[in-house]
Amino acid sequence: MSETTPTRTLLDWLRETRGLNGTKEGCNEGDCGACTVMVTDGTGARALNACILFLPQLHGKAVRTVEGISGPEGQLHPVQQAMIDHHGSQCGFCTPGFILSMAVAHLNGERDHATALAGNLCRCTGYAPILRAAQAAAEQPVPEWMVSDAAWLTKNNKVPALPASPESADALADLYAAHPEATLVAGATDVGLWVTKALREPEPMIFLNRCADLRGVEIGEHEVRVGAMTDMNTFGAAIEALHPSYAQMIRRYGSTQVRGAATVGGNIANGSPIGDNPPALIALDAVVHLRRGAERRAMPLEAFFIAYGKQDRQPGEFVEAVSFPRQDDRLKCYKLSKRFDQDISALCGCFNVRVEDGIVTAARIAFGGMAGVPQRAAHVESALLGQPWEGDTIRMAQAGFDDDFAPMSDMRASARYRLETARAMLERYFAEDMGEMVSVLEVSA
Amino acid sequence: MSVTSPLPHDAARLHVTGAARYIDDIPTPRDALHLAFGLSPVARGKIEAMDLAAVRAAPGVLAVMTAEDLPFANDVSPSVHDEPLLAVDRVNYVGQPVFLVVAESHLAARKAAKLGDLTITEEAPILTIDQALAADSRFEGGPVIWSKGDAATAIAGAAHVVEGAFEMGGQEHFYLEGQAALALPQEGGDMLVHSSTQHPTEIQHKVAEALGLAMHAVRVEVRRMGGGFGGKESQGNALAVSCAIAARATGRPCKMRYDRDDDMVITGKRHDFRITYRAGFDAEGRIAGVEFVQYARCGWAMDLSLPVADRAMLHADNAYLLPHARIESHRLKTNTQSATAYRGFGGPQGVLGIERLMDHAAHQLGIEPVELRRRNYYAAAQGGAAPAPAEPPRSSSGQKKTGRDALPQSTPYGQVIEDFELHGITAALLESADYDARKQAVAQWNSAHGAIKKGIGFSPVKFGISFTLTHLNQAGALVHVYQDGSVHLNHGGTEMGQGLFQKVAQVAASRFGIGLGAVKITATDTAKVPNTSATAASSGSDLNGMAVKAACDEIRDRMAAYLAEQHQTSRKQVRFVDDQVEVGGEVLSFAEAAARCYEGRVSLSATGFYKTPKLAWDRLKGTGRPFYYFAYGAAVTEVAVDTRSGEYRILRADILHDAGASLNPALDIGQVEGGYVQGAGWLTTEELVWDDAGRLRTHAPSTYKIPAFSDQPDIFNVALWDGRNREDTIYRSKAVGEPPFMLGISAFLALSDAVASCGAAYPDLDAPATPERVWAAIRGMRDEL
Repeated sequence: MSETTPTRTLLDWLRETRGLNGTKEGCNEGDCGACTVMVTDGTGARALNACILFLPQLHGKAVRTVEGISGPEGQLHPVQQAMIDHHGSQCGFCTPGFILSMAVAHLNGERDHATALAGNLCRCTGYAPILRAAQAAAEQPVPEWMVSDAAWLTKNNKVPALPASPESADALADLYAAHPEATLVAGATDVGLWVTKALREPEPMIFLNRCADLRGVEIGEHEVRVGAMTDMNTFGAAIEALHPSYAQMIRRYGSTQVRGAATVGGNIANGSPIGDNPPALIALDAVVHLRRGAERRAMPLEAFFIAYGKQDRQPGEFVEAVSFPRQDDRLKCYKLSKRFDQDISALCGCFNVRVEDGIVTAARIAFGGMAGVPQRAAHVESALLGQPWEGDTIRMAQAGFDDDFAPMSDMRASARYRLETARAMLERYFAEDMGEMVSVLEVSA
Repeated sequence: MSVTSPLPHDAARLHVTGAARYIDDIPTPRDALHLAFGLSPVARGKIEAMDLAAVRAAPGVLAVMTAEDLPFANDVSPSVHDEPLLAVDRVNYVGQPVFLVVAESHLAARKAAKLGDLTITEEAPILTIDQALAADSRFEGGPVIWSKGDAATAIAGAAHVVEGAFEMGGQEHFYLEGQAALALPQEGGDMLVHSSTQHPTEIQHKVAEALGLAMHAVRVEVRRMGGGFGGKESQGNALAVSCAIAARATGRPCKMRYDRDDDMVITGKRHDFRITYRAGFDAEGRIAGVEFVQYARCGWAMDLSLPVADRAMLHADNAYLLPHARIESHRLKTNTQSATAYRGFGGPQGVLGIERLMDHAAHQLGIEPVELRRRNYYAAAQGGAAPAPAEPPRSSSGQKKTGRDALPQSTPYGQVIEDFELHGITAALLESADYDARKQAVAQWNSAHGAIKKGIGFSPVKFGISFTLTHLNQAGALVHVYQDGSVHLNHGGTEMGQGLFQKVAQVAASRFGIGLGAVKITATDTAKVPNTSATAASSGSDLNGMAVKAACDEIRDRMAAYLAEQHQTSRKQVRFVDDQVEVGGEVLSFAEAAARCYEGRVSLSATGFYKTPKLAWDRLKGTGRPFYYFAYGAAVTEVAVDTRSGEYRILRADILHDAGASLNPALDIGQVEGGYVQGAGWLTTEELVWDDAGRLRTHAPSTYKIPAFSDQPDIFNVALWDGRNREDTIYRSKAVGEPPFMLGISAFLALSDAVASCGAAYPDLDAPATPERVWAAIRGMRDEL
């Protein structure tokens, strides 16, 4: 790709430069999935939103759009045929995005359709026929033309170096130290909106996607270390066995497309008070690892967030990794939002309370959405410590929320709702620990 | 026969391959320009000055236009000329277009549009219902009041009085394809406009006005929309007119599409309502009389608010015989987006008003909610073409022509209900949904569980079919048969995903006895069929199907007459079936028959026209027959609610819906499923939030939450009621676009039912019932204990 403007999105390039109009713009912020494309690299094929993907992020990758989902002779892909047979399209505008999400899930053998399609909005069908189509296509074999992208990549593996796309953490460290004014772009699920919505031009930009050594989850004997460029889908899968509640919360974080781009490091570095990772990581006693040039330092994650919009990060310094100790799983993550899937949290409460012989021996409780930064519930924690793990203790500790938080009201929730449901989450955590039914997901008609 | 076949959408293959073209996909000449509006940042005020130098100087900008630069009419209103394309002197809401940028690219236009320096003297905006009432800010002077009998006296003498008030939010259409238009200048000043619109004739009319041209100089074409839902009935005017004006000024093609956030900030939405109710019931739960007051927030311009508010009044009875009724409607003018048409067009708000009342009454009187509803249903239709219900209604109210059934079965506006299907539909639905057993199971669950509660809700719908502005109930068609037997089909309806084109093509194929492959569906085009009505009010198939039938029959009769003459037989002996024409013992292919007719100099092209019969409506008096017939349906929804957070899930929904003798059951079921989920979305997660300055805070899918994939009911059973329209509609089918939307009300009632299990009072639950509102309602119940 020789496109020069680094903020050019894949969607605009496809539609305006290449005249490939099958990929649609529905929202231009990664929330509707109409622009979903298939991106393949050494890690496999994933569905991503083209509207918030900058061209340099695709360096060395293969992109397949809806125009490439049918076979070379025009044969329909099984998901296309199933969508016709099951009346899965009405107005048809969201359909190419659905086809892409379905085709990628089909290729990867994923059968959890609700997860694969949570990031594709349809306003016409009510989704029922799309579910029927996805189920019907699941048993069909993957067409041969769908598996050619990896081979194509291998054949075209000579990827020229780009000055703004360092190939390693070391190279990034040098480049960023020399250009501390640059905007770092990880998955662009946030920076993308600076460009498409705020109409900013955040240049110069440094693209981190080529830094392979920043990706990956190392699960050691004593510690879990997560590279900053680890995408959220990868991270969620990696910690499923260790902390299933965290993985369940990640399933609701953005959508498959957003999680395929969004990174653990980006979700920390952007300092959002409503990011869902920081409260969970803080509850796990995580440490953030920063690097500037050759200098490295580490700090408890909660210390990184100083105030709204202000983090303990020096010019030229970047998040290299986050780590947390291996521990018995006591973590529960409660994400509360207007809509169950793909919605930004009104609040997200993460609880990690250790009980030995009926007495609370450790308590780490952290919230997003309750303050200008992700924040621990310190008064609640100390009210629990050393107390018997029983209902009276919970009721007593619930008073601590008034000292810990003074949340705000906005379009997502009122201050009162935030505070009272945060309080109720502690009760829920206790009830869940006692084996009670606590979630509407556990219920059926 | 092609009709009644569950064929796929006509463009399904184009949809799934990405080959279906929407406005922004139409190839444009290389010199095409792109437009964007500069918007008002304040809700109400006087424009003192506009410094647009930075806009003009921005990269890629060719021209910037204000109201003063418009050559002719500065108006995009669909009703009373109160909606300037570009603001003059005053601004009336945050997001009102103030100036127009013409640039080399979409992005350049958007960027430049942010650079306007507007000096506006701000005034305190009128935003809420209470503020509008206090300021007496309204359309039509005072409230509109329609009465039947003497409601106040009936209520005063009733055994029980049920009263309450609640609010329901508006709704963003969230068509996936945003508003878009493309104007291509033609020779001699003519203009060709491609618009994503439900109303091409309106676009033609407004563009002609804006260009100072006769309507014949403007041609509007619409192949398809990426969703409409009423949001493209009038809201596309501003884009099409802007494109035409800029194209006229520059001589170059001009395209405009709103970025999603702009779309949500600029365009109108469903009207939010406050409804107060007061009703008298007898000891058995039968309504004696009812008073409704409906407050509608209409926004800053009239748009279609009067007929929307009328339809809310016309549906205040929903399915119930109201012996005495008084309905008062306030149409309030506020400094917000001009609320507009949205699927149901006020009907859902009116229906929700009385469904909430019935639910409240059932709670207060201790009568099972479905039973109370059935006691108040209109009497079952007698005789006619519809089949008997699968089994007799269990309630006695529908069977004996005694008591209430002996009363005139007329609506509050005096239309006699002759086709009431809900006794049968309700009985069959309760049976298939296993309602009684599940109602008991829900009660048992709730007595055994504290944190997670369940609720079950039932709601019926009776929806009036016809435009209430009677003259709109007309349609035209143009059909050609070519000499090779292929058919070109055109009519005034527009395709927005509902499957209208396929249904109408099925009609055409059936009339000629040919396969659907021989029928070419073509884009709606004001040059082919003039003076069309919007594709709205669920009327598309009814009106255009009949017009196409008339055109096809005209051609068929001409062919039959000629071929009969050639074979010396009567035209009644000519049969069109199975791609063939049988005449006088000879069997011709349809193509051969067409070729012979051509050679015989028979005209193989015809227009068709249809106007709905039996309508007589006096809007000012509020009496008459506004509707040709009614469409019916009913739904049962079960939910689970987390009382700690107010989070919920729809566990199961069962629907039985009346589409008459369906033209295409697959497409109709698609409308029912999609309508239900959209209706449930309106009443659950779809929350519009304006701040105190009148700024819409939920202007993108990140903050405005339509139902997502996992919000569909875990179990979703949808069936069509096996009936025929008692009126002589196209193949005895019924309109299906809007009616099922109201079935989503059952989800709201189910949530209310779950909340009710937390205490003794009737829940104070407004819509949308977001998790926060559900939680607050539960908290309210518990605080009363």
